[in-house]
Amino acid sequence: MSNLSPHQLRRLILEQSRRAGVGHIGPALSIAEIIAALYGEVLRLPNPEDPERDRFVLSKGHAALALYAALKLKGIISQEQLDTFCGDGTLLGVHPEHALPGVDFSTGSLGQGLSFGAGAALAARLAGSARRVFVLVSDAECNEGSLWEAVMFAAHHRLGALTAIVDDNGQQALGKTAEVLNLRPLAQKWRTFGWQAAEVDGHDPVALRQALATPHPDAPQVVIARTVCGKGVSFMEGQVKWHYLPMSEGEYLRACAEQEAAP
Amino acid sequence: MRQAFAQALMELAAADPRVMLLTADLGFGVLEKFAAAYPDRFFNVGVAEANMIGLATGLAEGGFIPFAYSIATFAALRPYDQFRNGPVAHQLPVRLVGIGGGFEYGQNGLTHQGLEDLALMRVQPELTTIAPADPAQAGAALKATYALPGPIYYRIGKSDTLHLPELEGRFRLGRVEVVGEVGEVVLLATGAIAVEAMAAASLLRQSGVRAGVAVVSTLRPEPVADLRELLARCTLAATIEAHYVWGGLGSLTAEVIAEGGLGCRLLRCGVVSMPAGASGSEAHLNHRHGLSSAALAKRILAALAP
Repeated sequence: MSNLSPHQLRRLILEQSRRAGVGHIGPALSIAEIIAALYGEVLRLPNPEDPERDRFVLSKGHAALALYAALKLKGIISQEQLDTFCGDGTLLGVHPEHALPGVDFSTGSLGQGLSFGAGAALAARLAGSARRVFVLVSDAECNEGSLWEAVMFAAHHRLGALTAIVDDNGQQALGKTAEVLNLRPLAQKWRTFGWQAAEVDGHDPVALRQALATPHPDAPQVVIARTVCGKGVSFMEGQVKWHYLPMSEGEYLRACAEQEAAP
Repeated sequence: MRQAFAQALMELAAADPRVMLLTADLGFGVLEKFAAAYPDRFFNVGVAEANMIGLATGLAEGGFIPFAYSIATFAALRPYDQFRNGPVAHQLPVRLVGIGGGFEYGQNGLTHQGLEDLALMRVQPELTTIAPADPAQAGAALKATYALPGPIYYRIGKSDTLHLPELEGRFRLGRVEVVGEVGEVVLLATGAIAVEAMAAASLLRQSGVRAGVAVVSTLRPEPVADLRELLARCTLAATIEAHYVWGGLGSLTAEVIAEGGLGCRLLRCGVVSMPAGASGSEAHLNHRHGLSSAALAKRILAALAP
């Protein structure tokens, strides 16, 4: 068991966002604990090429920086590789590409990752493998009709190897989800479609670990992780603009200072 | 061609446990044998093409070779983003099967008429795109290509009785199959409409025109070398496709002629207006849009007139 610190992930996210001068910081910060739980403990990853490894689909591909940070902390990619984030000719773009070791599926077009994951879970079943498949979707991604196609398929075929996690940060590109396209009651929707649903504090590592630890034998499960967009940086938390904006040097220094002060 | 496809797929599945079949709730009378023989490898995913392609991507990543089956328009257009960002971007061996291009579902109206699938597929640089001309060629094409490492789009005709005897089921990936003798005029045809091209060439020969047919069943990899060689020998090339004239075989041929600096003239035969508001049989619509053998021969003769 290797623990992975959400604080370390946040520091890398801030460093690299600032170095590259890019945004999508809020959506990456909101999943730090989820990524830490997956890559710290839950995912069985003997090595990134092992066909029997668990699969992970970051369906909300715009938060790839959080994934890159985890791959760095796990030693799957180097600091030198991480430092190419958003550079010219890099494998580490804003959205993840499967050519990068540790990235199972390329994503970026929302509403597709859960189908990839359902297919991967079905492949595991057909191969008689116990490997699990985790798909992290954003709450706004549940706007996409194709996601619900995958939800129905996974329930119909009782894909217990499949676990979805919804990063329920209540925000999307242009506003609050409650104002753009209301998703509530979200867990109830998934339950009605035949999924096992749990709702947890998405910044509580213990709750996340517990919710993700065990596959359901007979049904896909979803963990609705209630999160705060921009979590860990006070001036970003809950602010829609930090879906897109890059940080100024002053904002970066303030954000870092908050990380130093964090417990 | 559907039955030939299904039969070839049965044979492949018997020999290769990686072969799977997904359908978006279509294939009545075609897929039942596969479903019965391989229940573990057959999934009707429901009327959900986008999910079907995502599922196929996940299955292929896990080592399977999934065939995803639907009517050409629904197969190619509805989940295009999924197909591009899934099997194409990941270079996974998903086989997208689009049934019945052109007016093969003519009576069902515009929604069911596959008029731009080849154009959409042809523009993806790493996507093998195949439109066989008859059932024998479909079976040969499937067997020759099913195990390629990357993704494939197959446009498969509906008719099971179609037969081009002179083609003898020949298929070579990225090559052009010349049928008979090419003289001053070559008729380049892709997919099931090749049968009309054959008949048109015969009518032209009766009128004293030395015309031959070349079946272009692979649009990617582009059969550039074969096309250049053929086009350099003739004065007029007519492309014949049950498809809009933009983006498919006509465009490919125009590119080869222009980039090769070739002198032959090009006549693009295909659909040039949206066929909304007038459904009908395949024969009726082919004729109406200039794709029947008689209409093709007439147009080519007119082009040859001094």
